Amino acid sequence: MGKRVLITGLSSFWGGLVARALEQDPEVDVLIGLDTREPSVELERTEYVRTDENYSILSRIVQAARIDTIAHTFLIIDSTSERASRMHEINVIGTMNLFAAASAPGSTVRDVVVKSSAYVYGASREDPTWFREETPRTHPPANRMERSIEAVEGYVRDFAEDNPHVNVTLLRFSNVLGPDIVTPISKALELPVVPSLLGYDPRFQFVHEDDVIRSILFVLDQRLPGIYNVAGDGLLPWTEVAKICGKRTFPIVPYGHSLLTVPLRYLVGVELPAEVLALLRYGRGIDNRRLKQAGFEYQYTSAGAVQAFVEALRLRSTVGTTEPTYTYERDVEQFFRHSPAVVRDSDGTPISS
Amino acid sequence: MSSPERPVPPAPPAAVPDELELDEELFEVALTETLDNLAAMRPTEERAPGTQLETTTPFLPVAAPEPPEPLPDPRLTDVDEWGRSEHMRALARTAYGPIYKRWFRAEWEGLEKIPTDGGALLVANHAGAIPSDAPAIMHGIETELERPVYGLADQMFKSLPVVGTLWSRLGGVVAHPDNAYRLLREQDQLVLVFPEGSKGPGKHYRDRYRLRRFGRGGFVEIAMRAGVPIVPIAVVGAEESMPVIFKSNTLAKVTGLPYVPITANMLALGPLGGLAYFPAKFKLKVLDPVNFDVPPDQERYSRSRIMDESENIRERIQAALYEMLRERQSVWFG
Repeated sequence: MGKRVLITGLSSFWGGLVARALEQDPEVDVLIGLDTREPSVELERTEYVRTDENYSILSRIVQAARIDTIAHTFLIIDSTSERASRMHEINVIGTMNLFAAASAPGSTVRDVVVKSSAYVYGASREDPTWFREETPRTHPPANRMERSIEAVEGYVRDFAEDNPHVNVTLLRFSNVLGPDIVTPISKALELPVVPSLLGYDPRFQFVHEDDVIRSILFVLDQRLPGIYNVAGDGLLPWTEVAKICGKRTFPIVPYGHSLLTVPLRYLVGVELPAEVLALLRYGRGIDNRRLKQAGFEYQYTSAGAVQAFVEALRLRSTVGTTEPTYTYERDVEQFFRHSPAVVRDSDGTPISS
Repeated sequence: MSSPERPVPPAPPAAVPDELELDEELFEVALTETLDNLAAMRPTEERAPGTQLETTTPFLPVAAPEPPEPLPDPRLTDVDEWGRSEHMRALARTAYGPIYKRWFRAEWEGLEKIPTDGGALLVANHAGAIPSDAPAIMHGIETELERPVYGLADQMFKSLPVVGTLWSRLGGVVAHPDNAYRLLREQDQLVLVFPEGSKGPGKHYRDRYRLRRFGRGGFVEIAMRAGVPIVPIAVVGAEESMPVIFKSNTLAKVTGLPYVPITANMLALGPLGGLAYFPAKFKLKVLDPVNFDVPPDQERYSRSRIMDESENIRERIQAALYEMLRERQSVWFG
C-alpha cells in the first residue's frame, strides 16, 4: 500500500509545487490538498478540499482518508503578504489544529514534515556566523512573524515528544530565491537600485526553489526524523547579491528606518518588514551540513540561487511570464478525477495524449 | 502539461479501442524520444529557469530522479563566510605598513613559535583606548608568516555602521564560542583573542601593563575543545600609544559603549587625537605555546583545570610584560 498524503496550503507557492512533485511519485496513492483558496497550479490527481484558515474539518479528513503522511507547507513567512491576524490564524492556530487532528486517538499519521524558516533564529549582533540546528536564538523575537514561527515550532516539538511513533521532520529554510517565488527580498532585488542600510553590508544565505522542493521530497522519501537547516553553501555580502543582479545599492539611513522605508512601500510597492531589516543589518548564516550528511545534495549555492533568480528575471523582462496561467474550475477537475467517462490507465490516472 | 480541455461528450464506444492503440503508439514514440533525450543531455545544466515542471510529461513515470549535478558558485568577491576579504586585507596592509614600520617601529621576538600550519589560539594583553595592538599583531603575523589571522572581538563592532563592515572585512569576527571552534578546529586558522575583553583597553593609564581578569577562562575551554595550542603574546607600547586619563561612566551608559574615554591624545591634539596614536615603540614577544593534554570535542572540561590554565597564562604574560618593561629604556625608542 502506498502513501496517503495530506498537503496543507495547496494554493500556496510551496503547497502547489510539492503536490505537483508528489503526483509523479508512484508510491503515493492518495494526495489531498487543503486550502482556503483554489489551487493556482494545475494538478493531475490531487484532491482539493476547501477549508477555513484554521482547519476545523481537519480531523475528519485525516480519519476518513486514513492519512499517513502530512506535509505542512502552509506557514506564512512573508509578513507583508497577509494581515497580522490572519498570519496568526494560519501559522499558529492552523498548526495547532493540524497536530490536534494528527494526534487524535486512532490516527493513522506516521510521517509529518513541517516547512519552517531560518527566521526562527532571528538576526542580531550577538549571533554566531553559523546557526546549527540546536543553537538557540540570542534574543526573543521582536516581530509577529518570528513569534508565530516560534510558536509553531513549539507545537511541532510537543507533538514529536507526545508521539514518538510518528516520524517528525522540521525543515528550516533560509531565504529562498528562484525564478518564481516572490518575497520582500526578491521584490527589493527587482528594483532598479537595491535598498540597503547605510554602513552595513551583512552576509546573506539563499536556497533555490528547486532545492527546497527536492529537500522536502528527500526527507519524505528517507523518513528522516529531526530538525534540519536547508540553505545553499556560502554566505555573500548584500552588495555582492546586488552586484550579481547587476545593480547598485541605495543606502537608507540605518536609524529610524521604519519611517524611511514607508516611502519605499508607497512609491515602489516594496515593503521591508522588521525581520528583513534585521537581516539587512546583521545577516544570518545557517549550517546546512546535517542534511548533507544525511545524503542530500544541493544543486545551487547561495550565489548560484541569486544567479538563477536574476537570469529568470531577465528572461521575464524580455518575454513576459513563461508559465501559462491556470484557473481552477471545480467541475472540470471533478470530471477528470471521478467521471466514469474518462478512460484511465491501471493507476487510475486519466490517459492523456 | 496541457491545460485541461473542456469536457467533450465521450466518443462512441466503438471508437475507443482505435484511439487507445493510436495513443499507445504515440506513447512509445514519446517514451523512446524522451529516453534518448535524457541519455543525450544532462538536464540540469541546460535547463532554462522555470521550465523544469513543464518538461516532465505527466504520463511518464519519473523513476527516482538522479540527484542533479551541483551548479557552479558564481561569486564576484572574495569575502569569505566570516566577512574577511583577502583583497581588503592586502589594501589595509599596504596602508598600515608604513605606520607599523615607521610610527610604531614594531619589533617581534619569538615569531617562530607561532605555528605555520594548523589552528592556534593567539592570546595577548589588550591596551590603548582604541586598541592599537590588534592591528599590529595581525599585520605582523600576516606579513611575516603569510597566513591570515582572524580577530575575535566584542559584538559591539558588528552593530556599528561602516566601522563594523570594515572591521569584518579586515578579519574581525564576533567572539562567539561556535565561531572560534569552527575557525580553529575545522578550518585550522590562527585566531587572535584578548581575554581581558574591553576591560583591558578601558583601564586607566595609571593601571598600565597590569592585566585585568581573563574573563571566565572561555578561551582555554575553546582551545581544549578545538584541540589547538594557545600561543601567548606580550605586547609593550600599546598602552602609551593612546593612554586613557579619564573615563565617563555616564556617557558610556547613554551611548551603550563599553567605555567612553578622554585620552591624552585628545588633550594634546584636539579632536584629531580621537584617532591619532602617539609614536610609542612597539615590542611584541611570543611566549612558549601551551598544549593541553586533553581530548578535543568534549562536552565539558574540568572547570578547575580551565581556571588554573587561564591564570597560568595570565601570569606568564604578566611576568613577560614586567621583564620587557624592566629592559625598556624609553617609551618612544624602546
